[in-house]
Amino acid sequence: MNATQPCDFSIAITGSGGAGAITAGELLLSLAGKNGCFGIMRRSFGPQIRGGEAASLVRLAHRPIECMNDRFDLLLALDWRNAERFADEIPLRSDSVIIADPAMGAVPDVIRDLGTDLIEVPMKSMAGEIDGGRPNMIALGVLAHWLGYCPDQASELIEQNFGGKGETVVNAARATFERGFNEPLVVEARRARVGPGPCDAEMAGARWALSGNEGCGLGALRGGIRFAAAYPITPASDLLEWLAPRLERVGGELLQAEDELASINMVIGASFGGVPSMTATSGPGLALMTEAMGLAVAAEVPAVIVNVMRGGPSTGIPTKSEQVDLNIALHGLHGDAPHLVLGALDHADCVLVTEWSVRLAEALQTVAIVLTDQNLAQSRALIPQPDYVLPDIPARRVPAGGADYARYALTDDGVSPMAIPGQSGAAYVADGLEHTETGKPSAAAADHAAQLDKRRRKIEDFEYGDLWADIRGSGTLAILTWGSTSTAVREAADRLREAGVAVRVIALRLLLPARPERLAAALRGVERVLVVEQSHGAQFWRYLRSYYDIDADLHSLARPGPLVITPGEIVEAVEHWS
Amino acid sequence: MDTATAGLALKPKDYKSDIKPVWCPGCGDFAVLNAITKALAFKELPREEVAMITGIGCSSRIAAYTSVYGFHGVHGRALAVAAGLKAARPELTVLVAGGDGDGLSIGGNHFIHACRRNMDLTYVIMDNEVYGMTKGQASPTTASDWTRSKLTPHGTGIRPFQPAAMALTAGASFVARGFSGDPNGLAKILVEAIEHPGFAFVQVLSPCLTFRPEQKEWKTAVHPFATEATDDPVAAAARLHADGAMATGILYRNPHYPVYRPVNDASARVADFEEAFAL
Repeated sequence: MNATQPCDFSIAITGSGGAGAITAGELLLSLAGKNGCFGIMRRSFGPQIRGGEAASLVRLAHRPIECMNDRFDLLLALDWRNAERFADEIPLRSDSVIIADPAMGAVPDVIRDLGTDLIEVPMKSMAGEIDGGRPNMIALGVLAHWLGYCPDQASELIEQNFGGKGETVVNAARATFERGFNEPLVVEARRARVGPGPCDAEMAGARWALSGNEGCGLGALRGGIRFAAAYPITPASDLLEWLAPRLERVGGELLQAEDELASINMVIGASFGGVPSMTATSGPGLALMTEAMGLAVAAEVPAVIVNVMRGGPSTGIPTKSEQVDLNIALHGLHGDAPHLVLGALDHADCVLVTEWSVRLAEALQTVAIVLTDQNLAQSRALIPQPDYVLPDIPARRVPAGGADYARYALTDDGVSPMAIPGQSGAAYVADGLEHTETGKPSAAAADHAAQLDKRRRKIEDFEYGDLWADIRGSGTLAILTWGSTSTAVREAADRLREAGVAVRVIALRLLLPARPERLAAALRGVERVLVVEQSHGAQFWRYLRSYYDIDADLHSLARPGPLVITPGEIVEAVEHWS
Repeated sequence: MDTATAGLALKPKDYKSDIKPVWCPGCGDFAVLNAITKALAFKELPREEVAMITGIGCSSRIAAYTSVYGFHGVHGRALAVAAGLKAARPELTVLVAGGDGDGLSIGGNHFIHACRRNMDLTYVIMDNEVYGMTKGQASPTTASDWTRSKLTPHGTGIRPFQPAAMALTAGASFVARGFSGDPNGLAKILVEAIEHPGFAFVQVLSPCLTFRPEQKEWKTAVHPFATEATDDPVAAAARLHADGAMATGILYRNPHYPVYRPVNDASARVADFEEAFAL
């Protein structure tokens, strides 16, 4: 029996283009799912479109985890080509295990200098023993053995994954996997070390494997989205690719636009036609959309924009994560343009927040910007099945009919009935020009004030319920955060609690409209507040300072990407409070 | 919807709103509004089944002067709004209108892609070769040597676009040119444009007497295309070239290009997609 400790194990698989590091990582995550694990997998690529180096970064645990750890326990290098590119992203310690093929050259100095534990496995020559065998399947076998997984489940997975390529390929992959799984060298090495213990599928309960982008797509469909228009952009494209075929099957469609100026205006057109509509983009695309977002606010047309943040400004670091589009989402619209901004906290939250945003946009006839980031969007997590209950939110309000229809009528709650083309007797002109209650263009001061008040009232006075923030724990220390950084903050809070520090985590979902009374209540009794975000300019910190009065010793942990913030950094910030 | 009886009684004026246009006396756009309402009345279209989508500029104000559903959006994006509406609501008759600056300068990219997408839209550009609403600057169709704008006192020095030729090249399947001074002829063109099952582009010579008073002379310069409409884009281009910028009529009608239509059904429920995530 191999020695184990409770499973919380981080593995990196690296290799040059075509070596199959990503396939091995994806299969490993699926295998872990079958074995009752929770986990997360991020993919990291060099800048090449094809043939560049790639890394699968996988963390597996017996309990729900949703962020990367501060360290990697095992690095499996299929080869060492450009491996130094991943040095920052794969922090190793002296007790980390390296599994490498001696035929692929010497361990790079940056890794050797750490004094890590090196296990040499001739993966290439082992794969060569099998007709059609590939080293990445040796690697999968080695890792499955290391994690104590059952080989039969791998066999099933290989069938599912390679079935389309024919029986020969499936059989070769299986044989190669088994060759790696049973390699005496590896069996011996594993026996000599303490490794991760098994997870328990029954204890783990109903789980999903979900990427953030898929979560947003699903939330959009649940919310009723039946039209999307978009222009391809990393890291939002795979959300759109998930959505396109599925929208068709529920009677909707996705239209590929000529640019983001078109996509947001198409969304506005479809929504004017009565169909809940969205687009998805990233920073540069969001910048192009801001003019039309002002139009949607003025003309009161529901529109949902999922913005997957990436390193910026400009082209920045398109394949890496940052929380840096908060400013433009909050303040990027011209004029006084009240709208909604929401941020998803984790993978399951992508479903919740997107569905919620669609329902809010429809009910309040306004723009809802959903912020996620590359870290959430393009990682796949093994998580408890999303389980949430949205408050009751009315559908888009339509006029009852009859004479004297006024599209922009001044109602108590600020929401005016919106006629849909096809409804007779209610034809009106939606207008970006300021207008009277009937929609007639007007530059009169009274009309402007009345319509501005109405558009603010409908958003400010709405009762958003308890989902405005996710609040966990208690104590005089609070960590305030938003977006995917919440996952690392939650884990940091767990570690602090284990060390005897009481800590309250407040992660904001609803960013606009700001809810100062709610936050004040959530912060009651708090003496110290740490604000954590991934932004060099501390955009969230500045947002908090401008919308809320926080009467506490306020500290900021704000740093840029591309490396995601880890729990250890947050714990350290608390421990070194000055 | 009982479309036949709902539309029968409507006259052109029934398609107008009671809002007084902002246009200057003598503006060609009044006649374009008349021609559009005539075409809608001729087609007996129920007002609620028609949408008029516009951008920004003098002519783009036209949406508010109709009694159909309308959208007066931002500058240059009317075609995108219309594409979204038509994709989501294919049964509606969607008209798009605006000026030469709105459609060919700030909205130029949408224009060529709308031609190429070949959705069933009717797009009317009221071309007066000037930006009127911003008080008289050169547009993409202004002659290179027009020096009356303070913004380009030496003229633009660049050759103007030929909107009809652009539409042809970009793949529009119906291209015509009308003149606001001949509203009945224009209404006939518009009827055919609405009936055409793909993207129908109608360039309307619509003078701006405030900033381009010399355009008064257009009425003596217009003349019909020398031949009937063709379905051959090369012949249409040659005809454009031979007959010049003042020739009017239907130039090109191509029933062969595929018309953009959504491909969908309602065979699945959202919950069906969730099963794929379960471990």
